[in-house]
Amino acid sequence: MSTNAHATESSQTVALTVDGHDILFPALPYDIHARARSSTGDPQLQQFVNSATLLKDTGRKKVCGEVFGSNYEAMRRLGGDIKQHTLDHLDFYLDQFVERATDAGAQVHFATDGNRANEICLKIARDNNCKLCVKSKSMVTEEILLVPQLESLGIETVETDLGEFIIQLDHDAPSHIVQPMIHKDRRAVGRAFERELGTEYCEDATSLARVARKHLREKFRQADLGISGGNFLIAESGSVVICTNEGNGRLCTSAPRVHVAFVGIEKLIPNLEHLSVLLKLLARSSTAQPLTCYTHIITGPRRSDEPDGPEQVHIVLVDNGRSEILKPETREMLRCIRCGACLNSCPVYRKIGGHAYGSVYSGPIGALITPMFKGLANYPDLPHASSLCGACYEACPVNIDIPKYLVKLRVELVKRRITKLSDRVFFKVWAATLRYPVTYRLVGFLQKLIFRLKARTQSQLDSGDPYVSRGWISDMSGPVRGWTDERDMPTPTARSFRDWWRNEHENSE
Amino acid sequence: MNVSLFVTCLTDTFYPRAAIATVKVLEHLGCHVDFPAEQTCCGQPMFNNGFEDESRELARQMVRVLEHSDYVVTPSGSCAAMIREHYEELLSDDHAYKHAISGLVAKTYEFVEFLVNVLRVDLKQMDVSWPGKVTYHYSCHLRGIGVTDEAVQLMEQIDGLQYVPMEKMDQCCGFGGTFAVKYPQISGAIVNDKVDCIAQTGAQTVISNDAGCTMNISGACRRQGQDAKFKTLAEVIAEGMGLLE
Repeated sequence: MSTNAHATESSQTVALTVDGHDILFPALPYDIHARARSSTGDPQLQQFVNSATLLKDTGRKKVCGEVFGSNYEAMRRLGGDIKQHTLDHLDFYLDQFVERATDAGAQVHFATDGNRANEICLKIARDNNCKLCVKSKSMVTEEILLVPQLESLGIETVETDLGEFIIQLDHDAPSHIVQPMIHKDRRAVGRAFERELGTEYCEDATSLARVARKHLREKFRQADLGISGGNFLIAESGSVVICTNEGNGRLCTSAPRVHVAFVGIEKLIPNLEHLSVLLKLLARSSTAQPLTCYTHIITGPRRSDEPDGPEQVHIVLVDNGRSEILKPETREMLRCIRCGACLNSCPVYRKIGGHAYGSVYSGPIGALITPMFKGLANYPDLPHASSLCGACYEACPVNIDIPKYLVKLRVELVKRRITKLSDRVFFKVWAATLRYPVTYRLVGFLQKLIFRLKARTQSQLDSGDPYVSRGWISDMSGPVRGWTDERDMPTPTARSFRDWWRNEHENSE
Repeated sequence: MNVSLFVTCLTDTFYPRAAIATVKVLEHLGCHVDFPAEQTCCGQPMFNNGFEDESRELARQMVRVLEHSDYVVTPSGSCAAMIREHYEELLSDDHAYKHAISGLVAKTYEFVEFLVNVLRVDLKQMDVSWPGKVTYHYSCHLRGIGVTDEAVQLMEQIDGLQYVPMEKMDQCCGFGGTFAVKYPQISGAIVNDKVDCIAQTGAQTVISNDAGCTMNISGACRRQGQDAKFKTLAEVIAEGMGLLE
């Protein structure tokens, strides 16, 4: 199936694919251009993504400023240091977590890859004869494609996060780590509910939420398997921490008799004191809230003297490529707490949306970890499709220098010769001419000559002050054509600064 | 005070008036300005595209050329950021250069930053007048070197200048060097957003202190039929001081 054809459809209409999986799992190697073009040409997507990301980004800055004030930078560094420390000693904290979680009665499983993680879950489901699964939001389960696996076993699996529920009904795919349906609006929800749930079409958010609530309550009542992700793992107590806003997380992890939590191994932190720092940063960075409405700290299954809770708690620790990123050169990338602040602040994400990244993780952090997870040669565009503006670094609550690592991936692309030969030749020649003032001036002169001749033939050359007058080119050819696809190209002025310095400034002294 | 001008390749060839203004303002403020003619490019295009060896060569050359300067001032935030943010790591194995690199990093300033933080200029005391409505493009690389509202501070000290902030001021213009050429559809969408934000301010002049951003935004304004003049703050100050027409 052609990926590009689907990309063109996906942002506007119901995806033609089975639950949108090939939106996030396109044919490889992935070329971003077609989807980027489709997104930038979609006025609805432009409007939805722009306004939602701006709202969250502005809110984040406001609450972080109000609460942390001049300590904000120190807070970000502290958040980063806590995660970095845990990653630096991950073997120790993993051992401690497994021991303490087991003591608390949870069953801890270790999955080296996605297949293994799915097998573990399917076995638990089969052993317990589960028929209906309610699931709260989890990026790891998207990453390993868990839901279709469960469904193939005949286990009905219902996403219960409102955004994910709508995405599932609409056979779409999430396009943001935190706000999965950022690319959709109320009308799309109304249509999906009408079509899939048989309710009357409406656009009122409260009524729509009520419809979802009614539908989901019934599922929660009947479900025998609850699946969740985990925002943090506490090594000292063996707990899984889940932050949600809708209460669905609590129902998923307490109503069904079996709870399975899928958590990436990088989510570990030492103890509750560290959690207090990271919770403050997470909620403010992701949704501009002081705290998420529900923060669950789950330590083992229901005790004999407790009225509620699952009989079994399983924690699946997922590696799936993470230990590869754990090497010292790239370890910092694993600090990510999936708050989505880098997506909200990113000018590129704001224009192309999440699906254009062609992977489960989008935005700046996705552009880093996707090539790490799935191979740099499979995603050569992602490290380059960034202006390196640094907004993501500034927004990151755990201080990940995303632009720095994007450049490091670009270095890898060159070293491994994935970068096109023509680019390699171009940059080497360009750099060579810049090494000597003589060749620098010669190239500058030729550039001026060619550009100005071209502008003259298009009658777009001004006259007047030689240090100001310039021309414009509206259709360039060759390697720089992309520039004039979108904007005009100014020519150099008639004379350069060097000319002025030599002819006018030095003479005047 | 002895100041070496690092003109940058784009300003040299595309915006010489900005560099002329920089020289004239610095001289007016009592600095002795020299221009080491051996300078070419800081290596940013190669660095950003992953050509480490090539950028290393150019970085070494910059370090050599500017080794004996007291201060290095450049009218470009992005080239200042290249030196300050990346040279030390880029040349970390180069022990012979270690001392000179940290020296260069410590003495390199973007023009506006130099005026406010080193010369501690108060334009109010100098009778600088520039009547007109302007908006200001905050270029991303200033973020990297920790420059935030210095330009706004200076603009507010200029008599007659009416500054209108633009919406989404801290959103990148979409230049990103070769990004603009490799991903024109993305870069184009970002810069057209900027053009709309400029139009909303009603200002006729855009102050932009980075040549790359200016090429991008002015080219998009022209394509969109949005009439706007682009100047650096150095040019506005020079005009306001009567040093440039």
